[in-house]
Amino acid sequence: MHGGAAGRGRTGRMEQTATLHDRELNAAYRVRRGVGKAGVYAALAIGVVLMIVPFWWMISTSLKSPLEILEFPPTWIPTGHFAERADGTWEEVYIVSQDKEAGTTDVRSVDGDLERTVTSSAVVDRIRFRFRNYAEAWSQAPFTRYYFNTILITVFVVIGVLVTSSLAAYAFARMKFWGRDNIFLVFLSMMMVPQPVYLVPSYIILVKLGWIDTYQALIVPWFAHIFSIFLLRQHFKTIPDDLYDAAIIDGCSRFAFLWRVMLPLSKAVLVAVVIFTIVGTWNSFLWPLVMTNTPEVRPLQVGLARFSQEQGTSHELMMAAAAFSVAPLIIAYFFAQKQIIQSMATSGLKG
Amino acid sequence: MIWLENLRRKKFMDPLTAAFYLVPAGIIVVTFRMVPIASAFILSFFDVKMGRIRGFVGLAQYLDLFRDPTFFSSLGTTAYYVAGVVPASLFLSLLAAVLLNQKIRALGFYRTVFFLPVVTSLVAVSMVWKWIFHPRLGLLNYVFEVFGGNAMLWLEEPRGIFEMMASGLGWSWWPDGFVGPSLALIAVIIVAIWRGIGYNIVIFLAGLQNIPDQYYEAARIDGANPRGVFWRVTWPLLSPTTFYVLLSTTITSFQVFTQIYLMTGPPVGGPMGTTKVIVYYLFEKGFDAGGNMGYASAVALILFLIILSLTLVQRRLVESRVYY
Repeated sequence: MHGGAAGRGRTGRMEQTATLHDRELNAAYRVRRGVGKAGVYAALAIGVVLMIVPFWWMISTSLKSPLEILEFPPTWIPTGHFAERADGTWEEVYIVSQDKEAGTTDVRSVDGDLERTVTSSAVVDRIRFRFRNYAEAWSQAPFTRYYFNTILITVFVVIGVLVTSSLAAYAFARMKFWGRDNIFLVFLSMMMVPQPVYLVPSYIILVKLGWIDTYQALIVPWFAHIFSIFLLRQHFKTIPDDLYDAAIIDGCSRFAFLWRVMLPLSKAVLVAVVIFTIVGTWNSFLWPLVMTNTPEVRPLQVGLARFSQEQGTSHELMMAAAAFSVAPLIIAYFFAQKQIIQSMATSGLKG
Repeated sequence: MIWLENLRRKKFMDPLTAAFYLVPAGIIVVTFRMVPIASAFILSFFDVKMGRIRGFVGLAQYLDLFRDPTFFSSLGTTAYYVAGVVPASLFLSLLAAVLLNQKIRALGFYRTVFFLPVVTSLVAVSMVWKWIFHPRLGLLNYVFEVFGGNAMLWLEEPRGIFEMMASGLGWSWWPDGFVGPSLALIAVIIVAIWRGIGYNIVIFLAGLQNIPDQYYEAARIDGANPRGVFWRVTWPLLSPTTFYVLLSTTITSFQVFTQIYLMTGPPVGGPMGTTKVIVYYLFEKGFDAGGNMGYASAVALILFLIILSLTLVQRRLVESRVYY
């Protein structure tokens, strides 16, 4: 940076100025870096707010009273108006009208039709959470049934997928039989066909089987999951042949080898399969929408959609229903986020 | 070593033993995948009403399809939707992933937050956003008003956004063919981007972390500026990931249904049919209005061909620029 041919006598000063210069540069650089970092955090903070606000809004709305919903500007935290009763206790009220000149407010009790006039200063705003919206939403539709159905369907699908995928993956990975690779290719190619394409024929097949409006219709077709077979096969192939040979010499049967050696060695993959099967089944919508007509077998998502279409205006109840429908997966997510993110990322599942 | 040879031979098994392992999955795959996929093709040549085959009609349903304005408008709407979701989602998720790939405190926190909508059911997500977009009481219009903007109709706005922008600029006339996607569709697009971005961020982040540090070090020693590093190191080395994200986002976007079903209307696909996408049209034809399943199968087949050809074209176009 500084010329090497500088006079000997001036070298000291030159060095001094150079270090000063460098120091300034460094400081400027650090400031720029700092600004850059601040910018990064600011951008991420905006992103976080945008991601969180809808959840906040769902929960906040679900805890409001029916009339608070109609207030504009809306409240970020559920807030009620409270007025003192004659006996000194407080009750939540709606404000019917306000008379600024007289300094009085007409209020109506939330739980009754009784209207009365109080001085405006006697009406106080207080944060309160209306948890009863959840009970109300739950009782307005057969949500217990929907929940039960979804859990039942999910459990059976997970078991089915685990059994069929391990067996098939074992055959594709370890056994040699005629047409193995071609069959596997056919399986893979079918994975590429999107669900809406075969929805109509599937419906007709289920009609012919007499399965419309039954649990079978929501479980059996999902017993086999091609991607899980693929994933397990890839993993099984990494388990060395020698292990297999040794086990067979020791008199281990093929099935025992799968059960005692292969599957325990594939725990991570099996966990991934279980997770994306649960999430996929819990959130699936189009299939059960088409294949069910009655509340008896209807899963949660379809029930929730029906509830939302029938409710129409009770936003606080709709948000409560939405909240208790997503709660199990979100709670599970907070406990096992790493596994869930990983599993869904490998599966290509976007819900 | 004859015993070892025998052992090796044992791995070539008779088809019956293999069948035992393959049958459980095989039965399901054949009955509920292979047969339906083949039938979708066959059914499109038959007149099928309410699950009953009434007769062979050849290509008649395809000919009807090509004269069906609703079909074409649903294709156009889907194209708008895909064109709205894919680039925006890709850009935003790549941006977020690049920001997160620096030495960031609490990376796990950000990843958790961005991924949260992905595990949330689309039904619930759609309900929440429909409420946010509410024209009178919605959060979004409130925020707009706070910042001095105008309240909008969002999901109830049938006008195209180009037309709206033109009228915002004071132009009284705008060509009918270029009104653009309706604001209602834009609202649905926003939700899709919000819902899917976390997934793409995670994929991009994994891709970024796979790029070896040496490349960055070499670039820094050579004195490259951050922009140069991004375009000459990150972008080319990330291209397989970008390609995967592009393809998978496009394919999922083409199949959009749930948001449309829950957020728009009534009737679904509204206002004025501006959010009627192809899968909803298929659903409506096949299961709602009289159950014209043959016709719905023809729609399904066109959808399949579009997705298939898109996959192939995209693969050819992009693969030449992908560095593996």
